[in-house]
Amino acid sequence: MAVFTQPIVRFIARRLLYSLVVLLGVLVVVFALVHLVPGDPVRIALGTRFTPDAYDALRSASGLDRPIVEQFFGYIGSALTGNLGVSFRNGDPVTVTLLERLPATVSLGLVGIVIALLIALPAGIWSALHEGRVSDAIVRVTSQLGVSIPDFWLGILLIALFATTLGWLPTSGYRPLFEDPAGWLRHIVLPGLTVGLVAAAIMTRYVRAAVLEVASMGYVRTARSKGLTPRVVTFRHTVRNALVPVLTITGIQLATILGGVIVVEVVFAWPGLGRLVYNAVAARDYPVIQGAVLLIAALFLLINLIVDVLYAVVDPRIRLA
Amino acid sequence: MTTIAAETTRVASWRLLLRNPATVVSAVVLGVVVFVAVAANWITPFGVNVVDVPSALRPPSGDHWFGTDELGRDVLSRVLVATQASIGVAVVSVAFAVIVGVTVGIVAGYRGGWVDTVFMRAVDVMFAFPVLLLALAVVAILGPGTTTTILAIGIVYTPIFARVARASTLSVRVEPFVQMSHAMGTGNLYILARHIVPNIAGPLIVQTSLSLAFAILSEAALSFLGLGIQPPRPSLGRMIFDSQGFVTMAWWMAVFPGATIFVIVLAFNLAGDGLRDVLDPKQRTMIEARSKQ
Repeated sequence: MAVFTQPIVRFIARRLLYSLVVLLGVLVVVFALVHLVPGDPVRIALGTRFTPDAYDALRSASGLDRPIVEQFFGYIGSALTGNLGVSFRNGDPVTVTLLERLPATVSLGLVGIVIALLIALPAGIWSALHEGRVSDAIVRVTSQLGVSIPDFWLGILLIALFATTLGWLPTSGYRPLFEDPAGWLRHIVLPGLTVGLVAAAIMTRYVRAAVLEVASMGYVRTARSKGLTPRVVTFRHTVRNALVPVLTITGIQLATILGGVIVVEVVFAWPGLGRLVYNAVAARDYPVIQGAVLLIAALFLLINLIVDVLYAVVDPRIRLA
Repeated sequence: MTTIAAETTRVASWRLLLRNPATVVSAVVLGVVVFVAVAANWITPFGVNVVDVPSALRPPSGDHWFGTDELGRDVLSRVLVATQASIGVAVVSVAFAVIVGVTVGIVAGYRGGWVDTVFMRAVDVMFAFPVLLLALAVVAILGPGTTTTILAIGIVYTPIFARVARASTLSVRVEPFVQMSHAMGTGNLYILARHIVPNIAGPLIVQTSLSLAFAILSEAALSFLGLGIQPPRPSLGRMIFDSQGFVTMAWWMAVFPGATIFVIVLAFNLAGDGLRDVLDPKQRTMIEARSKQ
């Protein structure tokens, strides 16, 4: 039990407990989703396919014919064991469908975040180290423009330029990474750029702010005054410490991308979770909507948990606070 | 004394705002946007749904400044009316978020205890859902349409106002003037209205401007997906969606609606940044110190 007296373990245990409480809240919201639909969700989902037999079968299969308390505990229990029900549209198990779609979204999210970091780190650090100069102004204006651009519009413009006009890249579609690596790369460039450029604009501002904040710290002044070279002060004392808050914003951005790529996936016909949710909303396929919302929210919580724990590991002030 | 001090602060705030060219330009752009939002129905050169197939896909010209779409409809007229719709949805949804979020945040921050715990855990749960996903879930429940879009965006942006209002309330409620008012037996409602709300307005104004920018983007995204404002009413997002098949032969169909969203969002973002410089004491001190150097 001595292990629990260590601050880092206590911090992780507290943070884990907090995430579980929020996850429980998320489960309640996701369960409520189908019950908040005005009217009968099964009747709405069946639409023109309605027959009394089909209605009874679907209602029974989805468990909506049981008392609500029983449904609630049944849903929570099933969700925690990985059973998210069956699709209203085709009867496929929701968990299987989600797991099929997950790699496409994760690969797009990771490529997007790598592109964002490749741009935001040098641009943000350069901008902060040249504060008040023309190059700083250029970076700030560009990032402000990037933050304001609708991602789906940027995607369409990129398609028009690089796919339709120049013919360098495909307009849309997806190839699995392990089956066709070259095809995967060609197909992911444009959606990855769309996601990455917008994220880069947001992250550049955070990197710049983090470097500026660290640069104003006492220990940086001390390092400078004891005669260390500007290079050592910049990279060993300023940038290195500024990367700690950048870790947080990278995690938050990755989580945001995973939950926010819906429109980009629709523009590029990318068969990920986002496009699945979009199609499910259009078809009123509530179990799929519930499953996808739950999975994305759980991923969001997990990434935030990992980021917080990493933050506490690299910065002792957090876990001791 | 207090009146003179308050007036001096106000004058200094305006001076700081007007000294920032980006803020001034964004204010002018937003002025034009508001004018368009109010007057769109009177200033459109053509009807938004007037089909003129022989004039389809015409590039920008003296007759049609923004060109025509695949049905010969005037793109400028549609952009103007769509801007009106977009601003209307953004303003009403952010107003909803402000009213609900600020009420929750102030009550949580001022009361503390279990009320604070319950409200803030609920806010944490809402924060676990990515913005567009939560908006889609609301649309899935209520079905697409303008009212649903307003409600969806309003619900999505409520938690951020709750957090900002709570954080500001927590710092203001321990101020001596609030404690003094309490000790004098002043009622809670009076303290909230007279002392708390005016003193937390700064961060909320900044958040409102930034949220309006995000609300415009969210509305455009929902309309792009066909789940926001419904035809025959034009929307900027849907215009971009419809332009996809024509983007190389009729670039104006995609460029003008997209550029309109971009300019409005940029203006709200710049205005938010300018307001933050003036209303955030830390930023303000830095700017004033820099200007004295």
